[in-house]
Amino acid sequence: MASDTTAVVELARKIRVDVLRMTHKAGASHAGTSLSIADVLAVLYGSVLRIQATEPEWPDRDRLVVSKGHSAAAVYAVLAQSGFYPRTWLDTFCQDGSRLAGHVTRGVPGVEASTGSLGHGLAIGCGMAIGAKRSRRRYRVFVLMSDGECDEGSTWEAALFGPHHKLDNLVAIVDYNKIQSLGSVKEVLDLEPLAEKWRAFGWSVQEVDGHDHEQLLEALGRAPLAKGRPSCIIAHTVKGKGVSFMEHQLAWHYKSPDAEQLREALQELEVPR
Amino acid sequence: MRKAFISALREVAAADDRVFLLVGDLGYTVVEPFAQEFPDRFLNVGVAEQNLAGIAAGLASTGKVVFTYSIGNFPTLRCLEQIRNDICYDRAAVKIVAVGGGMAYGSLGMTHHATEDLAIMRALPGMEVIAPGDPTETSLATRAIAARPGPGYLRLGKAGEPVVHTKPPPFTVGKAITLSRGCDVTFVSTGGMLAPVVQAAEQLRRKGIGVGVISMPTVKPFDSDSIRAVAEQCELIITVEEHNVIGGLGSAVSEVLAAERGMGGGLKRLGIQDRFYDEIGSQEYLRAQAGLTAVQLAETAETCLAERRSPGARVGKPLRKRQGSGTREQA
Repeated sequence: MASDTTAVVELARKIRVDVLRMTHKAGASHAGTSLSIADVLAVLYGSVLRIQATEPEWPDRDRLVVSKGHSAAAVYAVLAQSGFYPRTWLDTFCQDGSRLAGHVTRGVPGVEASTGSLGHGLAIGCGMAIGAKRSRRRYRVFVLMSDGECDEGSTWEAALFGPHHKLDNLVAIVDYNKIQSLGSVKEVLDLEPLAEKWRAFGWSVQEVDGHDHEQLLEALGRAPLAKGRPSCIIAHTVKGKGVSFMEHQLAWHYKSPDAEQLREALQELEVPR
Repeated sequence: MRKAFISALREVAAADDRVFLLVGDLGYTVVEPFAQEFPDRFLNVGVAEQNLAGIAAGLASTGKVVFTYSIGNFPTLRCLEQIRNDICYDRAAVKIVAVGGGMAYGSLGMTHHATEDLAIMRALPGMEVIAPGDPTETSLATRAIAARPGPGYLRLGKAGEPVVHTKPPPFTVGKAITLSRGCDVTFVSTGGMLAPVVQAAEQLRRKGIGVGVISMPTVKPFDSDSIRAVAEQCELIITVEEHNVIGGLGSAVSEVLAAERGMGGGLKRLGIQDRFYDEIGSQEYLRAQAGLTAVQLAETAETCLAERRSPGARVGKPLRKRQGSGTREQA
């Protein structure tokens, strides 16, 4: 576990550095939401997912559907760090003629679904999971969701479906950073008690600190959490995590760091914590 | 038509173990035989059409050919964005089947009338749209779309539609089926309007009018060649569909004719040519990819004008004016 944690910590740091450089260069938004999932992605790609970067469509691979498609910068960064394509691609993020759009899009090696409209991913994940069951394949399906998309009715259609069909190869991860597009989750449309809602729907639920690598490794590493039903891991996170002036700030859902802000942010991050 | 559909689908599923049927808690007395015969490949997802479409997309990504089945607008409009993003963009092998096309659910009221579905499905890049004219075409269409890659929409009537084709006609996705030819007027029909159209044609023939009937089960990809040929041979084309006149069969025919000859002037439609832009870049960059910058617009206009004015150009000719009337059935 110790060596795992060291590698994962470093991967998370690299994701954050890439996210900041990418959003700065592209003038792109969604830095905050990309930073909030950096640790979850680092644990998934650094330790949990059974994938082959050289064979992205390997039939028995674990699937990760990133339903919160606006966190594309972080996803593209971790895929490059994991060897799915050259890191030079990241320099082209959102630029004319790039392969990397501002939302997670199929066609990029390692991407399982085109997302950007919220509330689609869990249903797609259910389809993949039941496909595995019916074909007697052993891969797992992870769906990384935002808290905001728990507002979508379609999320709860899929939440009903998973337990009914005993999809214990399905793991939903909610990036619960408590801030959505126009305000805090509490102000816009309160989700609490969120864990109780997923439990009531029949999911096996575990709440973790979404920036604590040990906790993430423990929960995601042993997922599925229970036999006979899907798992939901609620990751309590901080929007903008890792850059002091971005943390908990709604504005960093939209703003792109300027040169000075990038310099400051990288200074904070270059020091391994 | 729904019986013809399920019976054909059972045959398809028996021969191809990739074929799944997903229903949105509808299909009473229709889908049960499939469910009994192929329990591992049947799934009732409940009253949840967004989930229906999303699950179908996910399942198709694992190598399955997935039919989704519901009634009216439920499997199309209710989950339109899932169809666009999750199915069409990924070219997923999902075949959407709606029972109750047009006003088949008559007295159940407006909520159950599928009268804009052809237009909306047709506007989605990659989506094939088929509205069979009778149970025979339904059976042929079911087999045909199961064998095609990518997404499809099969728009059925309900039950008890008369059989128009007493023997199976040649059926190819994207091809018209010509039932008869005539010089005065040709009906082009899609979906269950075929039977009344055939009856109307008989009435007109008794009056000595030369009438042709074309069944156009495939609204997309569209058989433009057949329409051009009819326009050359026949004075009047009448499109018939149980659907809004905007965006469906009538629009598809208009688009062909307007581009060919138009209102004496011709028409060139610039825009996004039925595709998704997976190229990445700014609006200006993407407009350039689509030929929509000011410079490109001017260039295209000049090119089109030059083509039209070149000797031997077949564009811009007016519809052939017919003299007199009477029966002029063609060979």
